[in-house]
Amino acid sequence: MTKAAWRAAWVAAALLPAAFLAVFFAWPAANLVVQGFRDDGVWTPSGFAAVFSSARTWRAVGFTLASAGATTLLCVLLGLPGAHALYRCRFPGRDALRAAVTVPFVLPTVAVGVAFGALLREDGWLGWLGLDGTPVAIVAAMVFFNYSVVVRTVGAMWARLDPRLAQAGATLGAGPLRVFLTVTLPTLAPAVLSAAALVFLFSSSSYGIVMVLGHGRFHTVETEIWFLTTQLLDLRGAAALSVTQLVIVALALWATGRAQAGLTRALTLQPDVGATRRYDARRDLPALAATLATALLLLGLPIANLVWRSLHRGGALTLANYSELATATVQGASPWRALGTSLTTALAATAIAVPLGVLVALVASRRPRRPSARRALAAVEAAYLLPLGVSAVTVGFGYLITLNRPPLDLRSSLILIPIAQAVVALPLVVRSLLPTLRAVDPRQLEAAATLGSPPWSVLARIELPHLTRGLGLAVGFAFATSLGEFGATSFLARPDNPTLPVLVVRLFGRPGAESYGLALAATVVLAGLAGAAMALAERARPEEVTAW
Amino acid sequence: MKIRIAVAALAALGLAACGGPAPEAGPGSGPATTPGTQAPTESKTLTVVTHDSFALPEDLLKKFADETGYEVTYVAPGEGTSLVNQLILTKDSPLGDVVFGIDSTLASRALREGVVVPHVADAKVIDGLAAEGLTPVDFGDVCVNADSAWFAANDVPVPTTLDDLTAPAYKELFVVPSPTSSSPGQSFLLATIGAKGDGWVDYWKALEDNGVKLAAGWSDAYYTDFSGADGKGPRPLVLSYATSPAYTVDGDASTTEALLGTCIRQVEYAGVLAGAQNEVGAAKFIDFLLTPEVQATIPENMYMYPALDGVALPDEWAKFAPLSDEPIAIDGAQIDTGLEDWLRTWAEQIG
Repeated sequence: MTKAAWRAAWVAAALLPAAFLAVFFAWPAANLVVQGFRDDGVWTPSGFAAVFSSARTWRAVGFTLASAGATTLLCVLLGLPGAHALYRCRFPGRDALRAAVTVPFVLPTVAVGVAFGALLREDGWLGWLGLDGTPVAIVAAMVFFNYSVVVRTVGAMWARLDPRLAQAGATLGAGPLRVFLTVTLPTLAPAVLSAAALVFLFSSSSYGIVMVLGHGRFHTVETEIWFLTTQLLDLRGAAALSVTQLVIVALALWATGRAQAGLTRALTLQPDVGATRRYDARRDLPALAATLATALLLLGLPIANLVWRSLHRGGALTLANYSELATATVQGASPWRALGTSLTTALAATAIAVPLGVLVALVASRRPRRPSARRALAAVEAAYLLPLGVSAVTVGFGYLITLNRPPLDLRSSLILIPIAQAVVALPLVVRSLLPTLRAVDPRQLEAAATLGSPPWSVLARIELPHLTRGLGLAVGFAFATSLGEFGATSFLARPDNPTLPVLVVRLFGRPGAESYGLALAATVVLAGLAGAAMALAERARPEEVTAW
Repeated sequence: MKIRIAVAALAALGLAACGGPAPEAGPGSGPATTPGTQAPTESKTLTVVTHDSFALPEDLLKKFADETGYEVTYVAPGEGTSLVNQLILTKDSPLGDVVFGIDSTLASRALREGVVVPHVADAKVIDGLAAEGLTPVDFGDVCVNADSAWFAANDVPVPTTLDDLTAPAYKELFVVPSPTSSSPGQSFLLATIGAKGDGWVDYWKALEDNGVKLAAGWSDAYYTDFSGADGKGPRPLVLSYATSPAYTVDGDASTTEALLGTCIRQVEYAGVLAGAQNEVGAAKFIDFLLTPEVQATIPENMYMYPALDGVALPDEWAKFAPLSDEPIAIDGAQIDTGLEDWLRTWAEQIG
């Protein structure tokens, strides 16, 4: 293969995912936003003036930044010990706990609202805290959702850090804290920043949590976009807010990207050390304790509350909600069928998102010599995160006015559901794969090249094996995200063929103890499924390549 | 390969987008075929657009498909307001052929925007439901509900009017879904405007002073905060429907009741979408919705009263879910011009 052909292949690899995102994300969203800036064929920025003259908008912007910032900080603070405990230590039940912490990530927000709401209201288990309807409740729920993003992204990296580095520090007399702060943390920093960017994006674009737990009293840019678009059809105001949202997200990405560029260094990665490392109380106990406390209180309590409620009907302990789930029909759709639809759709979305994500990760992990090319790559990487920072409503309404005429008339096509879910899952796939690829020692690549290996052979023998290690995580995240996706899906779902989250929301919308019980039971099933999927994805990881 | 097709499509669309804006159809001059002046369209497929609470038994839907021979697709892109706004946004390339679920709140807006072409099915509906250009399919009352047991146990009289809700005896007892995010919440806002006129903002401020709790949606209010539902929340007053007490029956009495002096009526309409590819099928679907057998299943599937005159109700409804004799009235044209401002004002001053 000639050099030119090799280069062309990379360009093609970059163009495929770019085209996908352009058609199914950028173009529809831009189309809707542009409508808001056109008035009778003339460009007008009047939306900004209208929206920003309202005090409510300023409050929304402030609350978005504050809640997403606090969530990110807390997720990192709690997630680091979590990553250590779940990826560097070995203890009975570790794998189950790893899978369990991901469960909140896929829960429909209406279920999280029920779980947290019932926990925090005056007569709930945690009612004495007086947190009902406060920003603390909103941030707690956001941390509940996003904790696993930090644990998993950082943990996957941490598990493979060469322990000799830290051992050297310890041998030279440094205490565990000092080793952590001066040796381990700096090497983990890129993964931490990567996870932090994701958490910030997720929490700044969260809709359901803010609405349900804020009791309609707190607003973010996202909830305002939703209100203006769906309730008032005020595209002008919504467009101005969408641009504002994009600026916030772009700034956050730019900042983490800058910090990351300065910190990323090549590492000698090891096979998973968590499997072999012996437990050391002095080093591991604090992290383990913090992780167990987080898992039990922040994650376990709301889920336990949910399960406990799902086992009740009319005040009595019963399994009826589960047994009836098998036979019930909800608006012409059976939960079984919804489960099937959810699994098929999530599989399809994973099949779209993972190959595209692999391409993006491979392209973004190139190490060109020219600084301009490096900057371009950083921009590419950031661009793939944007779908997380743009409102589902903007994309959903964008689909309506964009993909509704030839040559791409997908108005009532079912294929749009996995596509929309893949758009949401793609950034997670990229972020799960990039840290391991980036950490490949360049000397190893150079050595291979010097010894005469053609570039494709270097790719196949060194980089792809590295990539496959992150693949389990990527597939797990893609599948779990698609499984729990509600925002975009709700615009596209069929009433007679809903996904499980859509069915759950419908059940909650019906009167009667039976519907309520079924909704709770269906939520628990969804949660269990997501946990199982994550556990499976981890196990299905290919055998480790031997250390070098 | 698929991706290549998408790339080609992108290129083609990019070109199309550069070709200048598509001619916009103004209100009234839409692409709709006016019945009578042109033969109505028909095709082998029929796309039914509904709100997200649409539900009918599978066998009835199958029967409709079999009898008409159409390949029927159902799409439900959102709740009432979001649905109508999506229809307005897409009126030059409509989402389907026929719509069900346009609420009385939004009926005049949908007609004014030219989303539907006038078509009224030939059926005898209950008095007071008919509207110009649309066919009423079902209706119901949105009312404050009370947990009767709580009031009996605490020896507090059950409130009866909107004004009662601002009285000290009912401090911190009421939970209402927000008008900015919930369809029944929006109906309640309209009820307060219908009852209080220009004084509605003051009324809401009085509710606030009396400790009203807001919730994001009906299910949050009813299941998390309301004490009379299976969620066993702390508040004994909630905004819900006149039919809700029929679902809290214990023995031969309901544990909750609707306060019939606080109700506002909601009618749900069906219409033929402007620019439909299958106007004949659209009309047939509306006729189908108005058949006695479909109407009889509406209560148990959509929790609304059938619009057709003379359809029997479920026993529990007859006993526990009476409608209000005098729902709070508000004029459709007034809603059409006022709703956006009211919502904005509410959002600024209350929410």
